[in-house]
Amino acid sequence: MMTAPARTGSRAGIALAAVVPVAFLGYFFIYPLVAILATGLVEEGRFATSAFTQLITDPAMRSIAWFTLWQATLSTVLTLAAGLPAAYVFARFRFPGRAVLRSLTLIPFVLPTIVVGVAFLALLGPGSPIGVDLRGTIWAILLAHVFYNTAVVIRGVGAFWEQIDPRLEDAARSLGASRWATLREVTLPILRPAILSSAALVFLFSFTSFGVILVLGDLRHTTLEVEIWRQATAFFRLDLAAALAVLQLAGVTTILVVYARIRRRLTTELRLRPVGEITRRPQTRGERGLVAATLFGLALLIAVPIGVLVARSLTTADGFGVDAYVNLVDPPRNSAIFVSPAEAIANSLSYAVPAVLIASAVGLLASTVVVGSRGRLSRALDTAIMLPLGTSAVTIGFGFLVALDAPFDLRASFLLIPIAHALVAIPFVVRSAIPVMESVQRRLREAATMLGATPLRAWREVDLPLVARALLVGAVFAFAISLGEFGATSFIVRPDTTTIPIAIFRLLGRPGTFSEAMAMAVVLMAVTAVAAITIESLRGSRSGGV
Amino acid sequence: MLRVTDLTVCFDGVPALDGANLTVADGSVHALMGPSGSGKSTMLRVIAGLERPDAGEVAWNGASVLAVPAHERGFGLMFQDYALFPHRSVAGNVAFGLRMQGLGGAAAEQRVAELLDLVGLPGYEDRSIGTLSGGEQQRVALARTLAPRPRLVLLDEPIGALDRSLRERLLDEMREIFTKVDATALYVTHDRDEAFAIADRIAVIKDGKIVADDDPIGLWHRPPSAWVARFIGLENLFPSAALDQVGLAHPSPAHTSGIVPPESIVLTPTGDRTATVAAVHFRGGTYRVELDIGAGQPLVAWSPTAPSPGSTVRFSIAADRIIWFTA
Amino acid sequence: MRARAVVALVALIIAGCASGSDQPDEVVLMTHESFAVSDGVLEEFTAETGVTVTIMRAADAGTMVNQAILTKDNPVADVLYGIDNTFLSRALDASVFTEHRAVGIEAVPTSLRDPGNRVTPIDFGDVCLNTDIAGLEERGIGPPAALSDLTDPAYRGLLVVEDPSTSSPGLAFLLATIATFGENGDYPWRAFWQELVANDVRIVPGWDQAYYGEFSGGSGGGDRPIVVSYATSPVAEVYYGDLDEAPTGVPQAGCFRQIEYAGVLAGTRSPEAAGRLVDFLLSRTFQEDLPLNMFVYPASGDAALPQVFIDHAVVPESPILMEPSRIDANRERWLAEWASAVR
Repeated sequence: MMTAPARTGSRAGIALAAVVPVAFLGYFFIYPLVAILATGLVEEGRFATSAFTQLITDPAMRSIAWFTLWQATLSTVLTLAAGLPAAYVFARFRFPGRAVLRSLTLIPFVLPTIVVGVAFLALLGPGSPIGVDLRGTIWAILLAHVFYNTAVVIRGVGAFWEQIDPRLEDAARSLGASRWATLREVTLPILRPAILSSAALVFLFSFTSFGVILVLGDLRHTTLEVEIWRQATAFFRLDLAAALAVLQLAGVTTILVVYARIRRRLTTELRLRPVGEITRRPQTRGERGLVAATLFGLALLIAVPIGVLVARSLTTADGFGVDAYVNLVDPPRNSAIFVSPAEAIANSLSYAVPAVLIASAVGLLASTVVVGSRGRLSRALDTAIMLPLGTSAVTIGFGFLVALDAPFDLRASFLLIPIAHALVAIPFVVRSAIPVMESVQRRLREAATMLGATPLRAWREVDLPLVARALLVGAVFAFAISLGEFGATSFIVRPDTTTIPIAIFRLLGRPGTFSEAMAMAVVLMAVTAVAAITIESLRGSRSGGV
Repeated sequence: MLRVTDLTVCFDGVPALDGANLTVADGSVHALMGPSGSGKSTMLRVIAGLERPDAGEVAWNGASVLAVPAHERGFGLMFQDYALFPHRSVAGNVAFGLRMQGLGGAAAEQRVAELLDLVGLPGYEDRSIGTLSGGEQQRVALARTLAPRPRLVLLDEPIGALDRSLRERLLDEMREIFTKVDATALYVTHDRDEAFAIADRIAVIKDGKIVADDDPIGLWHRPPSAWVARFIGLENLFPSAALDQVGLAHPSPAHTSGIVPPESIVLTPTGDRTATVAAVHFRGGTYRVELDIGAGQPLVAWSPTAPSPGSTVRFSIAADRIIWFTA
Repeated sequence: MRARAVVALVALIIAGCASGSDQPDEVVLMTHESFAVSDGVLEEFTAETGVTVTIMRAADAGTMVNQAILTKDNPVADVLYGIDNTFLSRALDASVFTEHRAVGIEAVPTSLRDPGNRVTPIDFGDVCLNTDIAGLEERGIGPPAALSDLTDPAYRGLLVVEDPSTSSPGLAFLLATIATFGENGDYPWRAFWQELVANDVRIVPGWDQAYYGEFSGGSGGGDRPIVVSYATSPVAEVYYGDLDEAPTGVPQAGCFRQIEYAGVLAGTRSPEAAGRLVDFLLSRTFQEDLPLNMFVYPASGDAALPQVFIDHAVVPESPILMEPSRIDANRERWLAEWASAVR
């Protein structure tokens, strides 16, 4: 029934909620971005159009742009193909080790690309146990992207899938729909918003992929992101780098605008079930087969590269041993590059905790505004929130340096790092929260209102608990992003605290410390797994309580 | 006492409510009946505060509540699909309104127990919503609505989703509950039997206007118009011309149609009229007999015995019980 | 409600973190990720001068120079350390540094110094080929005596190099080939590279991939016995692997000298303290700490080398030196020509 909702008081609430995300994005993203682009493109008051003409006329640049686009698209499609069955299995079935396994899917996400490069080279390079040599081919890049991003689909779509009433599917079956028809006609359409969300995130990640392309690609396979970095740091052509950044941004913005339009049209109101109510053990042979096949595929995709890293960390001059780990904790020589794992973990956490808090708070507020407002305002904020993920990390990093020295000089502040992480993490929080938020039946909120709850209280009592799980999914990603030091943090000036990825980077920067670097990578994976499992177990079952 | 005056609500230029007027007296259950799209749910939502009217007034005890936000009006609303909070237990749902009032702890627990008792679900506090049957959900929804002692209870087709035997049982229980708590209630339904069973007064809404407002007996015996008569299920509505043909004269030219109440027709061998039996239906203890009087539609009568279809029977009509309509 | 509290708290913390050094007893040193100094060394500086050193890091040298240039009107740090001769001219042209004649500069060979004293050389290292001694022996060939040997069929498929536009040693090696073969004539450096490609050279983006991923010697995990690395890499292998003999060798051909400098940033609020830090970087304490932390040679002739260096390090006799201004003027063109030569 078409009604014009009476937003008594909530319009003010929405406006208030919008202040924080808009201010955050404005000061920490838009302002630095504009500043650095101006630095690159404005010479003595004149706009350097020559950079753009060079871009358009150079066939090499055009092919880079084209390659960036199609590798991102292909990566997204493949990741969805790998992730959706896994999302289904995790959402619907209970089996031993489910929680642990799902946490493990997050591990690829945090690994620095140089480490992933090592694993993939070992598997797909000259010494490959399966006898393939995919170095420099597009397949290595695509596989690496799938490896990294499957977790996004599994968790993003999975969290939503877990809360859909299975009786909808039962109804379809009772009306004569086969399993496939049910999937096609009922389930997938309902899941479309969540699938699209995950696809958008994976696409943006792949589009701006830097480390993977650098490590696994070659001269023929290079993306806009790598080229921006190359132009800026190797050629000192800030104008060309800025022009490329603008091009990249234009492409990303277009895609996001289209996405925002489609998204609103796809959402439906659903009865959301509380988590845990739906999962059951696989019963038929077909189900057991599906579970087994999916888990096997996941194991291949994720566990094998991880296994390679573990194996390498245990390799010493005389066969297997834990020497590398011992060296980390008790360096045999007083070499300053060894940082104890404990210290590195503490440093990583000191950035990760603020990053998660900032991303969750800003992301929650932004989601509320996007869901609670309509039309252009809603779409504009939605797109703006996603942009940092699609913007060149070099650009943002340098932008921080150029812009953030007034009114406070934040350029050397330790907070800049969690902020940079949060910029990249907020899209994950938002994309997890919005599909669930939009599906909360309006009636529930109205029921709360009629029982005396103010709009804010109704939001807290109804929306928030139902959205809490989705928020947790986003928070876990924020944590992983911070641990793995994604985004602009490589391009800002930072205090001398050694986090785990930096320790790995340093150990890989000189001969003779390879096993120790791998050992640190294993430490990183272990911390991630523990943290992911812990955060996930916090959700508990919220169905009780007065 | 609730007074709704000239309430008008338009959606995209189309009026859903068009100057509706209604008064609900304290302690009474007032039914609001109407066909789909007549505006009854809209009226409920405006009274609740979930929609704003374009014109008109909603007042409680003389004071307008239009400026009061929904969560402060003190009106309870029970939804058609119950809208129970899936993430809270039964007790969590029932106590929700109490919590909003700042009531907690033992006092709230006690009230929850009281209400669950009232609706016939004692001991259900810790059950999860997903495990409840339809009837149980409805009762929890009712308990939740009544717990914070709302000064007005609004009900939107509260038993529409249940099966027939359950409905009848719940109707009886609800009537008892309303009496027990002395509720002032506005009960929206499209089902005539429900309205007649539970209400102290019945209002009929058509195209956004209230076209009838009377107690059940008055409404049944003196429907204000032919349309209302048809809507509340009165049978044997004939145009005056047809009744003329069977010798039933209308009082004045202004009376264009009339209802021959089936109770005024007696099938007896001493009757002064005859007709052919068109159809006979068994209705669990009595027979519904359709008589062909050559007026295009059959004349319905009730009989304890079944005449054979196609046979001719004699009957008489108490002409003074015919209800004539000018509109 | 809570969100607003968090924002307020964050704002307070940010306000509390002023950067740069307004206090005269604090100096900010900006350097790259590979910088490492033993515990206690910088504390000695503080004990001597009363000035504390805060270290800020950029990712790599190229990024660092960019950052210095971008912030030159309001520098984030007081001293920059880690800029090398391939990037130097760029920074000098942008007037990023102020002059400082360091105490102890006399002990530094003239070939390393900047005539204008805008920057002070702190250390140097040579980018050279490294060979897997055992690996070459197995194949029955000796190490390459000259760069041109690398195009011999005997060395087919044995070499791995880094992309000069993404790797510092890669760039150094390219410059070495340019200096060796020249730009004109019948065998310019471009022709050399084309033959290298024809001889199945492997080009990877970064040093760690080349060394750990493709190189077969020492702690490398690949299958190619010749890689572009540093002259001190064998020392590191011995040091970290606790070995008696270096598993890798350093041919004398095609070594390129990389010199690392430190400078006082123009616009610093504590030029005096900054100058003293630069002086300290040239002091024996710091210079002698360098080799085993960063595997470079101290610039100061006064500094003694650690034993493992003396025992195992190969010092190239005539490494190639190129004018920083020449590098800066031609870098873009050379990189572009290289890219088309190897495509």
